[in-house]
Amino acid sequence: MQAAWLILTLDAELIEITLRSLQVTVTAVVISAAIGLPLGAWLAVNRFAFRRHVIAVLNALMGLPPVVVGLIVYVMLSRSGPFGVFGLLFTPTAMIIAQIIIVTPLIASIAHQVIRDLWSEYHDLLISLNTTKTQRIKTLLWDGRRALLTACLAGFGRGIGEVGAIMIVGGNIDNVTRVLTTAIALETGKGNFALALGLGFVLIGLAIAVNVLIHNLSRTERSSQW
Amino acid sequence: MVTPILPLRIEGAHVRRKSLRLIGPVDLEIAGTGLTIVMGPNGSGKTSLLRLMHGLERADEGRLEWAVPEVEARAAQGYVFQRPTMMRRSVIDSIAYPLLLRGVSRRDAATQAQNWAERVGLGDAVARPARVLSGGERQKLALARALIRAPQILFLDEPCANLDGAATREIEALLRDVVAGGTRVIMATHDIGQARRLANEVVFLLNGHLHETGPADAFFAGPATPEAAGFLGGQIVD
Amino acid sequence: MRNLAIFLFSLLPAVAMADTLRMAVTTSFHNSGLSDILLPAVEEDTGITVQLLVVGTGQALRLGRAGDVDAVLVHARAAEEAFVGTGHATHRREIMYNDFVLIGPAEDPADIAGAESAADALRRIATSGAVFVSRGDESGTHQKELELWFAAGLAPDGFGPAYRSVGAGMGATLNTASGMNAYLLADRASWLNFGNKGDLALLYAGDPALFNQYAYLPVNPARHPHVPADLTERLENWLAGPRAKTLIDGYMLNGEPLFTHNARN
Ligand SMILES: Nc1ncnc2c1ncn2[C@@H]1O[C@H](COP(=O)(O)OP(=O)(O)OP(=O)(O)O)[C@@H](O)[C@H]1O
Ligand SMILES: [Mg+2]
Repeated sequence: MQAAWLILTLDAELIEITLRSLQVTVTAVVISAAIGLPLGAWLAVNRFAFRRHVIAVLNALMGLPPVVVGLIVYVMLSRSGPFGVFGLLFTPTAMIIAQIIIVTPLIASIAHQVIRDLWSEYHDLLISLNTTKTQRIKTLLWDGRRALLTACLAGFGRGIGEVGAIMIVGGNIDNVTRVLTTAIALETGKGNFALALGLGFVLIGLAIAVNVLIHNLSRTERSSQW
Repeated sequence: MVTPILPLRIEGAHVRRKSLRLIGPVDLEIAGTGLTIVMGPNGSGKTSLLRLMHGLERADEGRLEWAVPEVEARAAQGYVFQRPTMMRRSVIDSIAYPLLLRGVSRRDAATQAQNWAERVGLGDAVARPARVLSGGERQKLALARALIRAPQILFLDEPCANLDGAATREIEALLRDVVAGGTRVIMATHDIGQARRLANEVVFLLNGHLHETGPADAFFAGPATPEAAGFLGGQIVD
Repeated sequence: MRNLAIFLFSLLPAVAMADTLRMAVTTSFHNSGLSDILLPAVEEDTGITVQLLVVGTGQALRLGRAGDVDAVLVHARAAEEAFVGTGHATHRREIMYNDFVLIGPAEDPADIAGAESAADALRRIATSGAVFVSRGDESGTHQKELELWFAAGLAPDGFGPAYRSVGAGMGATLNTASGMNAYLLADRASWLNFGNKGDLALLYAGDPALFNQYAYLPVNPARHPHVPADLTERLENWLAGPRAKTLIDGYMLNGEPLFTHNARN
């Protein structure tokens, strides 16, 4: 079978596409986490007007259809759009931007739930120790790291398997913006179901590998008691 | 030198939850040195009183005043909760945590934390996750965590409730050292023997108000109110 | 985590920005596999790296209009002329043609294999009531299909449920038709390259009305200053030139020639 052949021989193009998938999604998740984790924590420890509304909007954004995100980013980055001068459309950067918009609400929303629970547990102690707001957020993020890592992995899962947005803003250009999911769409379009399926298995394998890797890395901190 | 945060004056303070009165009226002055024991039946408001003094509860009525502005005062207080919060960190990191908040270097904080862990009897447990500790060990951890910042005033909410006899004696010895070092201690306890051994002053609470206050010697020799006498005698009072 | 990211970045070859052109092409052109032959030759002869955006004709022209691509290679004459007319491209250069074919269930219930012309074949499908799948995406193929219905004196709006407009690319439409065992219009290259034929077969081809002219449209640099006019011109000259002619005319798929080079110099 062609697909198995490609995988077994570590086909150069397949490796490049896989690495690009990783590059785009890992970059997007890292940036999303840098935004979403503190945002979620901030929402959990602060009381302000419309807080509930902000959280409701965040939860709703979690379900943003990627195609719509893709379209919006497309319109923004197009040469005739407001950010056209940067020439970012059909580049990996555009794909990363789209994925950040898709992944950040998910990470922020899960982070908010995790941190809210931890905050109710830590509240008296942290108040008693006279912590500043920043110290509270840092402490909660650090102590909630395991659950937050899972939030990031959920974000990675949503990003790596996403096709609607990156197809639109990346354009699926060979050697430039083709990633696993857009390659699958392309091969399906050609009726090459076997190859498309093979790529699908690579994608699933990749997602599992990343999850196992991250979980093992975090387990080096021992026991589930933390 | 650090500016003293005492005396603490509380005048006509009430703490309410909706229409329910938790404690009040409270009129109290904490000054000088020594150890004050807060006593009273379950639900009489001991925890609420400590939380009020520490600023975790707001006085809905009346006032509470330290010798310095409240933020400064808070920084010089330590508090051991009745059910201490265990952070998702190792024992040593949990004890060092308050110092890290102050910007003390990791190494110095770890050294001091190790020292305090040994003083409260947790020397062998420093590497364990705090959350696997037993009830008694948790209280020891909380005590070390509260003392590591060398507070001017230390609030203890039944710190020996889960401790065995030997551990209780060790902690009492430690508390005597702390008091001798000039730290003012306010401690809620149900252990009348312990109260007799440690107290310089007693606050007896009943149904949320200060029923009787005074020097420990006089209180234990002959309480002024029949309720306090009954409580010391092991009767049910309310 | 940061090290991982740096590691990932370092593994990918940097995209050379020098002499890179973005060209929107139709799915049918790309599916033929011809681009895999032409692009390396272009790079060899002119030093230009062509990045292909594979889309329908309608979207290809829109990308050109927005300035998101530097050139367009499509096959929909009327739309192309309008594109030039509104000043989005400087001109239109015919490069080559291939042909459309009518595909349908191998048993051919509408008997289009014996049709006299493409229009006749469509009339037979309509009268038999057989299911017909349309791209429905304003692509060149879709526009050609509408043209043919018009030539046959029929309006697909009136066909009811037997006419299925899927609004998808060639591949997806072929997949759909294969699933429903329906008739459809496809370009020959996509059909030959399609891997999920099922019971479908090529039933009718050869009418000159089915010829499919590809034209090259360089986006007007007066409208979009970032378009590298020298590169688009170099590419055009190459596409119209002798090496392109040899490669295009000689390109075979499953032993059949697909394209005929007809650029005039
Ligand atoms: N958040 C609250 N809402 C309603 N009632 C409360 C709340 N917090 C405390 N109470 C009530 O206020 C009373 C005083 O509580 P507090 O915890 O101060 O008692 P305590 O003297 O510390 O008792 P114990 O000896 O059991 O620790 C109790 O009856 C308690 O149920
Ligand atoms: Mg209590």
